[in-house]
Amino acid sequence: MLRIKNGRVIDPASGTDAQLDVWLQGDRIAKVGPANSAPEPEPKAANGSPSEESFDASGMIVAPGFIDLHCHLREPGGEPSETIETGTRAAARGGFTAVCPMPNTRPVNDNASVTRSIVERAAAAGSTRVWPIGAASQGSRGEGLAEIAAMQKAGIVAVSDDGRPIATAKLLRQVMDYCRALDLPVIDHCEDSSLFAGSVMREGRQSVRLGLRGMPAATESIAVGRDVQIAELTGCQLHIAHLSATASLELVRAAKKRGLRVSCEVTPHHFTLSDVDVVYDTRFKMNPPLASTEDRAALVAGLADGTVDAIATDHAPHEAASKDVEFDRAPFGVTGFETALGLALELVHAGQLSLRRMIELFTTGPARVLGCERRIAAGEPGDLTIFSTEHSWTFRAQESASKSRNTPFDGRAFRGAPMATVVAGRMIYRREA
Amino acid sequence: MPERLRHLLGIEGLTAEQILFVLDEAKPFQEFQRHPLKKLATLRGKTVALAFFEASTRTRISFATAASRLGADSMNLQAESSSLKKGESLLDTVRTLDAMKPDCIVMRHSSSGAADFVARNLDIPVVNAGDGTHEHPSQGLLDALTIRDRRGTIENLKITIVGDILHSRVARSNIHLLGKFGCQFTLCGPSMWVPKELECLGPPVHRVDRIEEALDGADATIVLRVQQERLHEPSLPLDEYIQLYQLTPERLRGARPDMLVLHPGPMIRGLEIDPAVADGPQSCVLEQVTNGLAVRMALLFQLIGSKPESEDAKGTAHAAD
Amino acid sequence: MRVVEKRQLMSATEIERTLQRLAHEVVEKSGGTQNLALIGVRRRGVPLAHRIAKAMQTIDGTEVPVGTLDITLYRDDLSKVAAHPVVHSSEIPFGVDDKDLIVVDDVLYTGRTIRAAMNGLFDLGRPSRVRLLVLIDRGHRELPIEASFVGRHVQTGDMEIVEVRLTDVDREERVMLVERVE
Repeated sequence: MLRIKNGRVIDPASGTDAQLDVWLQGDRIAKVGPANSAPEPEPKAANGSPSEESFDASGMIVAPGFIDLHCHLREPGGEPSETIETGTRAAARGGFTAVCPMPNTRPVNDNASVTRSIVERAAAAGSTRVWPIGAASQGSRGEGLAEIAAMQKAGIVAVSDDGRPIATAKLLRQVMDYCRALDLPVIDHCEDSSLFAGSVMREGRQSVRLGLRGMPAATESIAVGRDVQIAELTGCQLHIAHLSATASLELVRAAKKRGLRVSCEVTPHHFTLSDVDVVYDTRFKMNPPLASTEDRAALVAGLADGTVDAIATDHAPHEAASKDVEFDRAPFGVTGFETALGLALELVHAGQLSLRRMIELFTTGPARVLGCERRIAAGEPGDLTIFSTEHSWTFRAQESASKSRNTPFDGRAFRGAPMATVVAGRMIYRREA
Repeated sequence: MPERLRHLLGIEGLTAEQILFVLDEAKPFQEFQRHPLKKLATLRGKTVALAFFEASTRTRISFATAASRLGADSMNLQAESSSLKKGESLLDTVRTLDAMKPDCIVMRHSSSGAADFVARNLDIPVVNAGDGTHEHPSQGLLDALTIRDRRGTIENLKITIVGDILHSRVARSNIHLLGKFGCQFTLCGPSMWVPKELECLGPPVHRVDRIEEALDGADATIVLRVQQERLHEPSLPLDEYIQLYQLTPERLRGARPDMLVLHPGPMIRGLEIDPAVADGPQSCVLEQVTNGLAVRMALLFQLIGSKPESEDAKGTAHAAD
Repeated sequence: MRVVEKRQLMSATEIERTLQRLAHEVVEKSGGTQNLALIGVRRRGVPLAHRIAKAMQTIDGTEVPVGTLDITLYRDDLSKVAAHPVVHSSEIPFGVDDKDLIVVDDVLYTGRTIRAAMNGLFDLGRPSRVRLLVLIDRGHRELPIEASFVGRHVQTGDMEIVEVRLTDVDREERVMLVERVE
């Protein structure tokens, strides 16, 4: 039995916000209640050691286990930059209890055997849960459908061709028709290829100043418009990955108003930075690129008002040698597991987001997209994220559990941090003092 | 005395004083080009590495000649024979050059920010001879010197730039430099090559569509060439460009008779500029080339002419007399 | 670098008298002023050269042309001078070929400045003769260079510096012996 005591339990699903203890037994939550209401203790273990472990969460928040809807674990095929083991360990340090890796591995996760191998590697790593996202098309090449039903049996929770957009409206329609029947959400990396071609950042004053090729916001929103209409046509559930532009946000808002099953996620780097922060430093190069300051403000407002459903990291590790080149040539992507909570808390401390809303964005929001639940109640899966809103620390890329160091937040001081992460009743991460 | 330059990566980061210092220092080197014997021993024993990852004839020869006339040797890396084609990274290529201990590296590259990237990774001074569409600082300096010599000043002038400004590192360097001296800019070209964000570079900029309007009242016009190698998108048909934007003698008549015509070169006579204009009295193109040599000599002298931190002068108080 | 003034070597009047005497010497030893030209070494050699030319005009009636020479590019010790060497223009408004040149400088010390000046002159052409005129010769030569016309010889130590101050440049007129203090 694991007892989390003296913490402030905030459970959006039930509206709970109180000082309560949580007992976990096996892989489930056994009880949530006041300190003096302990459930029946387990029989002592055979060697006489007490079978109750406890964690003192005084001054900390106890939330349902965080879910990251969008990340890249690189295995199979990209092991020099990250493996399932190192990635999930970094995720655990970030407070995540479940992560959804995108299929752009080598080979692409477009069939059941790759899906199974990912699930097995994750089980062996024994860290966060890993719920893979399968490819929408074979090899994500945008031609024929991938073996979606078989992958679903093997454990995928959604489909996407992330890394790229789902190539054509016609293919998207076929994928959506198919996935509606399977009750799987389709996640799209929204991008118009012709407007994107050759771009390395957002088009604007900074791109002109730096002499770097930029893409306009319409690159994303044109594709969002397309996807929303196909979703409406097919009745399939659509989730927009890493949304970055005001125009895209308004399309999602309008779709929700019309009752369509459309959701979206925003990354911490998009709600923290903007294109004026870009310099000739490849740690600031990702896709979609950092957007305008106006977009950033709109995203923060969208996080608060519910238009945005989830915060997702799009953790994209790249080994140093590949990023240590001229800006034009560097691959897109930044890591993000370990800084996500700290950056989200910056919005909370600035009064732009309530603590409860922030927790929703990491828990019930992503859960709803995946069609599951996230709550702290007896019988629920034993996943908890325990964090402090006050603990001061500085993030150093060198000390990250990820194999990669490509983050724009190296050296950033944070107020608030993940303190412990519990998955299936087991504490897989605990911050050292 | 303005702060001494350690690198020359761009004009944007220089102060007006630093710019004027280079222009003033170029003057003795302009005179030097008239000496019968054009060889100094000032930089004897120093080596200038010329790393041109993008094809260039005029700029490379200009820097090579500047080095040689100062007495330095050069190491020559050219794109065509470059190891980059064999897959070597930029960083490895420059590190290889650096291991042969040059005193500075002059580089041209097709990626914006490449000079900045190399400067962060090497200890020796880096001179940006053109990085992508970002800056071409020595061109900006030689253009300013040319205008100042002909016009007497670079302050508060009306400068027109015609052509593909979006992809022009020369235009950006010119705007940054002359903008620091109160100049105002009129930009003219096909609208997809003259984006409105150029108005946010700092100095007053306004965009016009018609070249006649752009030339009206200008003190100097800089004509850019059509860069077919830098376009990702389909290019404008050349006949359209000629019809709308070529600098012809007729169009010149609508401008002030003392308006200067500059071109960074190489010119395509009959495309962006009529041959009569290129060869006419208002054209400064040949002076630009001579001034380029003087400016580059002044730059190399400043960057590697002496150690960055030197002991006090030995023996005389009036050390620099 | 700090310096401490030790004593005055020449007053303004003494400088003027010495320049007059030097001008006479030049005219006498050159057999007149035809084909003569003075080259003042920047900085303080320049006003000295102009003054000597003026004195020579009073003596002889003819105008001896004066050029100025900046030797920065010809120094062999660029790394030892101020961290930020500045090149200035040289102005020699006459051809150097076949001219009888007198290089004028304020202090002759190691001889390296004069060597640099000669390198600069020979880049411009081939003078028929080059002689040196200095206000002060303070010894400690490091090269085989001697002045034909010397205002005053002064014995100095290594830590001492001879400062020639001229109103044209320094707002006072005298020659001081100063000492470097660490």
